[in-house]
Amino acid sequence: MLKPRFLRSLALGAAMLFGATQAALATTEIQFWHAMESTLGDRLNDIANDFNKSQSQYKIVPVYKGTYDQTLAAGIAAYRSGDAPAILQVYEVGTATMIAAKKAVIPVSQVFQQAGIKLDTNAFVPTIASYYSDSKTGQLVSMPFNSSTPVLYYNKDAFKKAGLDPNSPPQTWDELAADAAKLKASGMSCGYSSGWQSWIQLENYSAWHGAPFASRNNGFDGTDAVLEFNKPLQVAHIQFLANMAKQGTFSYVGRKDEPNSKFYSGDCGIITGSSGALASIRKYAKFSFGTGFMPYDATVQGAPQNAIIGGASLWVLAGKDPAVYKGVAQFLAYLTSPAVAAKWHQDTGYLPVTKAAYDLTRQQGFYDKNPGSDTAIRQMLNKPPLPFTKGLRLGNMPQIRTVIDEELEDVWAGKKTPQQALDSAVERGNDLLRRFQNQAN
Amino acid sequence: MQERSRFGTSLLPYLLIAPQLAITAVFFLWPAAVALWQSTQAQDAFGTSSVFVGFSNFKQLFADPLYLSSFGTTLEFSALVVVSGLVLSLFFAAMADRVTRGKSIYQTLLIWPYAVAPVIAAVLWGFLFNPSIGLVAYGLGKIGISWNHALNGGQAMFLVVLASVWKQFSYNFLFFYAGLQAIPRSLIEAAAIDGAGPVRRFFNIALPMLSPTSFFLLVVNLVYAFFDTFPIIDAATGGGPGQSTRTLIYKIYDDGFKGLDIGSSGAQSVVLMLIVVALTLVQFRFIERRVQYS
Repeated sequence: MLKPRFLRSLALGAAMLFGATQAALATTEIQFWHAMESTLGDRLNDIANDFNKSQSQYKIVPVYKGTYDQTLAAGIAAYRSGDAPAILQVYEVGTATMIAAKKAVIPVSQVFQQAGIKLDTNAFVPTIASYYSDSKTGQLVSMPFNSSTPVLYYNKDAFKKAGLDPNSPPQTWDELAADAAKLKASGMSCGYSSGWQSWIQLENYSAWHGAPFASRNNGFDGTDAVLEFNKPLQVAHIQFLANMAKQGTFSYVGRKDEPNSKFYSGDCGIITGSSGALASIRKYAKFSFGTGFMPYDATVQGAPQNAIIGGASLWVLAGKDPAVYKGVAQFLAYLTSPAVAAKWHQDTGYLPVTKAAYDLTRQQGFYDKNPGSDTAIRQMLNKPPLPFTKGLRLGNMPQIRTVIDEELEDVWAGKKTPQQALDSAVERGNDLLRRFQNQAN
Repeated sequence: MQERSRFGTSLLPYLLIAPQLAITAVFFLWPAAVALWQSTQAQDAFGTSSVFVGFSNFKQLFADPLYLSSFGTTLEFSALVVVSGLVLSLFFAAMADRVTRGKSIYQTLLIWPYAVAPVIAAVLWGFLFNPSIGLVAYGLGKIGISWNHALNGGQAMFLVVLASVWKQFSYNFLFFYAGLQAIPRSLIEAAAIDGAGPVRRFFNIALPMLSPTSFFLLVVNLVYAFFDTFPIIDAATGGGPGQSTRTLIYKIYDDGFKGLDIGSSGAQSVVLMLIVVALTLVQFRFIERRVQYS
């Protein structure tokens, strides 16, 4: 009695197993590792789900892998052990590292070509596309996804209290210093603060004032570039901030997003931070606030020029089945379709990556309903970029940023003069660039 | 001869220790060998090309004055973590040993931090000391101390030492507490009858009898401070401000996992490995002589 029954269940089990394998074979799974946490991650999962429902051949599996550097390290470790995801999100400063790994990545333009899907490079916002394009051929090497620029946030209620006009954010650095002093005089503990000091106070400050950050067009033309941010323009700016720090109108509270919480807690009246912080500021600030362009120095001719982006792009890693890449191309095309890209932009505060998404958002009246949400993109499109304000392409850039953080902290603490600190940062940074150059060859 | 005939072959003892040997080989010897190999290579991040460069990674390290100065930072940090960690946990263990009521409550509470992951410990303390929203920072501000570990190197060092000590505290406490429990009551009672007060009893009886435990904890804590503290530093200060909390192990982590510079990171881990081997040898050679294993 027992035996036939056992055999039957065995057969049933085998059939089920076989059926399950068949079902799994029908859809090709595509791993997508990213660094979008909390609400950003939820939005990303929604996009993947919508794509998976829209067709039955491919299944995008988004996996959150931690912060940007953790995600990149995880992707590299996986590649080394032969188990890499097909799509990897890499932050903008990792771009040079990815480009140098020619065997490990497939340029997205090639992925599209092989899949037979048309990729129109001109559809993208130029300054975003150029950041992620091959400098010789102009072809996209990675897919622009989440880009941001630094914007100024200010507390309108605090402005009113200090006797300032709540509808005119400071436009120049002199105005910012004067406003910060008035905010302090009105009883605030912190007038102005800023995170991401390398990105905002040097990389973007240089571009915003039409100056190069490094030679060879910020490294776009070759890995033999040298850093150039210790020129009088930048030294004067760091001196300006150091003076503010001494007077107590500029408070340094950390290297990353620390000023954001100081802003929405009402401690700081003005901050400069990523446009991607808009969502969290909107959520936590219990006062009315406004956004403005990054301040500029009125004595510099031609300023303001254009802002350069931060954020991340999507890279396609090599070594997968050709069928996978067809799915990857379809998914990336889906991501940049106007409706999807526009929704991502509106939900997150990241820039619209294509012109069509920008136009669509405008037509939908989003910017009229949400004043300030187009500050980041208008800054970016302020003027057509110069060859050295398109972005940065420097190896070991994450470490160079750490070097700059360390040196500037010595300035804010009064241990070094701006000239000493920037000279030392350039020297140490150049060593890192040369090291990268040797490794890449 | 009797032993031999019992096992019949000499293979069995090797088989019995084989699992332990395998673990040592896979998790200790092999990674160490890989680090040694990587320290002589120039590699791109993905490892698609690798060139033998001899000692150039080491040369580059020792030509860097900032690398040399992080030796000083590491020594300062490790000394603070080990000394304050051991002294505090011994103090608490001695106190808990004297408690008669609610003993298990004290024990449980004191052992609790051990279950907390290092990153969480750092985030927790970082939160308390956060210059803008931290409870402790706020309290310090009230009494006239302006707290900003993003800018003040001394305060940043204090914070990472505090979090590291707190994290390792339970481990130390547990060993000291067990050591104290193992001291024969008769000895302590005899001393008490002779008129020795609690303090005298502690220094003249308990402390010498704890010397094997203390020595063991000294080695373990030094290894902890040298090797296991990078998550705390990463989460609390990121090595800053300036380079004031950039210890050797944090630099290895930062250059290897964030900077993706495998060659330099490998060379640094070889240097650190040599330092810890040397320190451990010194400890066993000179300090262990003073230890009394009853």
